[in-house]
Parts: sequence; C-alpha cells; structure tokens
Amino acid sequence: MSDVMTDRRPRAEHPGGTPLPVSLRQARLPRWTPAALALVSAALGTGIGLVGGLDSRIQWGLIAALLFIGGTFALAAGVEGARQAKDRLATSLVWIAFLLAVVPLASLLWETVARGTTVLDGFFLSHSMGTLPDALPGGGIYHAIIGTLEQVGLATLIAAPLGLLTAVYLVEYGRGRLAKVVTFFVDVMTGIPSIVAGLFILSVWILILGFGPSGFAGSMALAILMMPVVVRSTEEMLKLVPNELREASLALGVPKWRTILKVVLPTSIGGITTGVMLAIARITGETAPVLLLVWGAKTINGNPFEGAQQSLPLYVFQQWQQGSDASYDRAWSAALVLIAFVMILNLVARGIARWKAPKTGR
Amino acid sequence: MTSATPTADVPPPPPRTDAPSAISGRAIRPGDRIFLGLSRGSGIALLVIMGAITAFLTYRSVIAISGDHANFFTTFDWNATGTEPKFGIAVLAFGTVVSSLIAMVIAVPVAVGIALFISHYAPRKLASPLGYVIDLLAAVPSIIYGLWGALFLVPHLTGLYSWLDDYLGWTGIFRYGDGAARSLFTVGILLAIMILPIVTSVSREVFLQVPRMHEEAALALGATRWEVIRMSVLPFGRSGIISASMLGLGRALGETMAVATVLSPSFLIGASLLDPGGGTFAQNIASKFNEADEFGRDALIASGLVLFVITLLVNGAARLIIARRKEYSGAAS
Repeated sequence: MSDVMTDRRPRAEHPGGTPLPVSLRQARLPRWTPAALALVSAALGTGIGLVGGLDSRIQWGLIAALLFIGGTFALAAGVEGARQAKDRLATSLVWIAFLLAVVPLASLLWETVARGTTVLDGFFLSHSMGTLPDALPGGGIYHAIIGTLEQVGLATLIAAPLGLLTAVYLVEYGRGRLAKVVTFFVDVMTGIPSIVAGLFILSVWILILGFGPSGFAGSMALAILMMPVVVRSTEEMLKLVPNELREASLALGVPKWRTILKVVLPTSIGGITTGVMLAIARITGETAPVLLLVWGAKTINGNPFEGAQQSLPLYVFQQWQQGSDASYDRAWSAALVLIAFVMILNLVARGIARWKAPKTGR
Repeated sequence: MTSATPTADVPPPPPRTDAPSAISGRAIRPGDRIFLGLSRGSGIALLVIMGAITAFLTYRSVIAISGDHANFFTTFDWNATGTEPKFGIAVLAFGTVVSSLIAMVIAVPVAVGIALFISHYAPRKLASPLGYVIDLLAAVPSIIYGLWGALFLVPHLTGLYSWLDDYLGWTGIFRYGDGAARSLFTVGILLAIMILPIVTSVSREVFLQVPRMHEEAALALGATRWEVIRMSVLPFGRSGIISASMLGLGRALGETMAVATVLSPSFLIGASLLDPGGGTFAQNIASKFNEADEFGRDALIASGLVLFVITLLVNGAARLIIARRKEYSGAAS
C-alpha cells in the first residue's frame, strides 16, 4: 500500500497545495522501448561474451539479461517515476523467467529430436539387440517396445479397475471415516517416489516370496504408482456429473449400482479415459522400478511372467551407461520414440477430454 | 429420497411384483450390495497396499540396520557386502537435501514468474497454448531429462562453473577444479528444470482463481500491474505457491534416473557444491543395485525407507496447507 501513497505526482484535488499539473498524463516511454532494449542488451551480451572469451553461452545470456533488467529499470525510473520503474522491473523479470524456462525445455526437445533421428528407422524399430556388442552400431528397440507395452498393459489392467472403483466409492458411497482415510492415503500415495514402489515389490516379490525378475513384477510397482493418479482424476470427473442426473435415475426406481453404471459413468467416460491415459503416459516413462524388478534383457522376451524383459526407459538408461557413440545414438533414438509415445498419449487424452467434456448445461 | 411414502391423494400404484421392496428402501438389492462391496473393497485394498509398503520396508530395514557394523545415520560410507558391512546415510541425506534445496531456490521463483506470465502478462492468444505446452512438458519422462542433462547440460556448464569459481571461489561453496560438471549443483539445476512444469501448472491454476473483483478494485485505485499482482494476486495465491513448491520438492527428493545419470557419486561431503561427488538416496539405490547381494539390497531398502518417510512428511505438509486453504477460501467466498 505504501507505494501507492508515496506518489510524487502533484495531486489536482489537494486543497491549497501545488498547482494543477499541465497534463494529467504521465510521461511514458514509447512502446517500442522494451524491444529495442532487449535487442541492444542481447547484442551487448554477445559482444562482451566474444571479447571476454567466455565459453558458455549461458553466461552470454545471463549478461544480456542483467543488462536488460538494469537498463529498463534505470530508463523507466528516469522518465516515468519509481512506481512505473518497479512495474517495468517486474515485467522484465517475469519475461526473463519465462525465457529462462523456455530455453532448457526447448533445448531438451530439440536435442532429442535432432540426435534421435540419426539411427531411427524401420530396422531400429523391428530388431532387438540380440548378441550385438554394445560398442557396435546396429541393433534396435523391438524387445524394449514389447516389454514396455506388456508391462504398462498389465499395470493398467491392475490399476485402472481398482482406481476406478475406489473413486466410485469415494464419490458415490463414501461418507464416513473410511472415506476420509482413503482420501488422505490416496494423496499420500501420489507422492511415493517411484523407486520406493520398486523397493516394496522387490522386498515382497523377490526377496521374501523368492520369484525372479519379470515384467509382471515391474507392472505391480507401476500399478502402485498409477492407482492414485487414476483415483484422483476419476474422482474429479465423477464430481462433475450433475446430481440431477443421479436423482432422476433413482427417482425412476433404477437401482443405485445401475445408476452408476448406466448414468454416472457414461456421462463422465471422456474425462475418465483422459485420466487413465495420462496415468499410462506417466508410468510409461518410469525407469527406477523397472531397473529394480525387470532388469533389462537384450533379447526378445514376450512372456511378462517369466524372466528379465526390457523396457524403453530402461533401454535408454542402459545404452547411456555403455558410453560408446553407437550406444549414445541408440539411447537418443529410443528416447525419441519414448517421448513421442508419451506425447501422443497426452495429446489424444486431452483431445478426448475436450471432445467428450460433460455438458454442464451452460 | 428413495423411501418417500405416497401421499393420500395419489392413487395407489398398480400392483407390481417387486414394488414393496423397492418402496420401503430398507432391503438392499443384491446388485447394490455387490457393487458397494467391490468399490469399498478397492478403497480398502489401497489402504492395505500403503500399510504393506510401510510394513515390508520396515521389516527389511530392521534386518539391514541390525546387521550394520557402523552407525546407520552418521557413517560416510556404503559398503554393504562382506562379513563386516558398514554403511550409513549421512552423505545421501546431505546430497538429497542440498540438491533439492538448490532446485527449489532456482525453480520456485522462475515457476512463479512463468505462472504470472501465463496468467497476467502473456497476450491472451498465447496464454492458453502456453499452459497446454507446460502441462505436456510435465509429462516428459525423467530418464530423458537425465540423458539430456548428462550429454548436453554437463558440457555446457563447465564455463559457467569456472566463471563462478573465479569470482565466488573464495566462499568455498563455489570452488571448482577441472573436470566434468557432474556435481550436486548440476543435479540441482537439472532437478529445477524438471520440477518447473509441475510447480508452474499448479501455481497458474491458483493465480487464475484470484477473484476478478480484487484485481479490478486495485486497478481502479490506479495501481500498476505489478502493484495489482503484489496486493491482490500474490496474497491470494501464497498458500497455493507453497503447496506447489512442496509438491515439486517431493518430486525432486525422490527423483532417481536424472540424478543417477548426471552425478558422479562419491561418499565424501565436500565444501564445494561445484566439484563432483556426493549422492542422493534414490541415485544410490539405482547405482548400487546391480552389485548388491541380498543383504546389500536390504541395506538399500533401509535407505529407501528413510526417503519414503521424508517424502511422506513433505507431501503431508503440502496437503495440509492445501486443505487449510480450501476451508479458508470456502468461508471467504
């Protein structure tokens, strides 16, 4: 508040005070000033970077950013006054925060696409590593794709029905203590680190029950990670279903379970599908539990219940660990396939959400 | 509602075979009973899983800690094989906390900035696609951040680090020798980039909920855009920002693959954050797993339990703040 009060402009209504200002409009910088300043500071940053022989482009960017912030603030403080200068400072900081975030994220996507397309072809998608030595070029991700699809599929088969029913319980039946406790633990479960879920299955399935590594062990850990996400999103969607629909159905004498199955769920099916698909996208990229439970095979293993399998994220990690140029190429290409898979799932899921959004009558 | 009794003027309904049980409302149909049982059962199954996670991790941890020939909490070593296993989580706890804190210090202000940019600064046409893209970026798998961090970010940070060493090396924290920048600070930067989307998207949601009237009132008083944000948006969104940061912190604490690819681990705590070394709970589990025997795995499970407890506390605190805010805003509006 104090900033508003300490306005140095003379006030017209001030009784017996300073005379009226000639114009009520304050001096403003021209509209193109920020753009011009941005250009100038970018040029200066590059210049200083070149002259000073700074290796890292990050430094050039930092210098340019500092110049821009300082320049805008000084100029605005001189021409427009302290309040406007602060406003401009905030604006430039917000813009810089935005650019600061865009640069690494754009670079991440760019690097993955640029380096990922080097060995990505039909052969890469349709062959496994087999007995190929890791340092040699060749090989592919067919076994990893099969593993990922099977593990994620099994995890979805476990987690989606359980999550859906839990959400139905919380929204349609849950009133008492149990519902509160379940809600709380769903929240807690959302925050479980993936490696801890992996350790849990490791301790039960492999250390205590004595099973070996398998795709199914991995899918159990993935299901633990997926369940709370499904519950959360389904719950939100069920809450959006207008109560009038339920009441109308119940008033016609339809049993509650049929009301849920035939009225509530069909109304919200779009949103539920979206939630499940987003959850699938999330667990597809999980590496840590797969590392602990599936171990990673080099050959095709189509049976998720027996023996080590491969999965795309784990393949990326293992190829990176090999540390040769050929394996780096494979890692990037597999990363590109993985990112494309996840992104497509996301886009389709959000498309469904928009297309099937429950009509709330407005 | 289902048990409403017919009033006197309404003629009695034509007799139907199942009418009495439907109207009395006391008898529950078998279908309903099965469905309720199934859905309540899944809720209980979720609780059982949570209980089992805690119980089994604790059980294996007790085995590990009782076989530890050194103090589990203060030892600077991880040697869980052999006849006299000695391991402790001191370095891991330090590395986890420090790297997550660096990530928070970098990510939270930037994320709030981006959220403000999307909600208040960006041109309307740009704002909603941007929110969309941020949500998409939150879905990029962590292993890809790890790959990018190890092969792209690390080589590009050496210049910045020697510059930091030149000007801030005297503090001790920013001392940097030669070599790859595979340090806790790099991990912090990478984690910051990774949690940016999630912190941004939660903060943006909160900023968009600020009552329009608050902002318009401030504008009507002649406030600049920054003053509007400081006086109406940030106070309203404070608890939202806190809980978003805590969710981000929870992710940073448990992140495995990105740390495992970027960090070059060691069991020493150095004064400098820029020199390679250190470790985190999750990274240690991932990199020590392959060489661990059964007892070694128990030892890793014990460190996983500590991580589990820490993330539970952080997430629990975040949820409490969100819950308090819900009550508060419900009462106010």
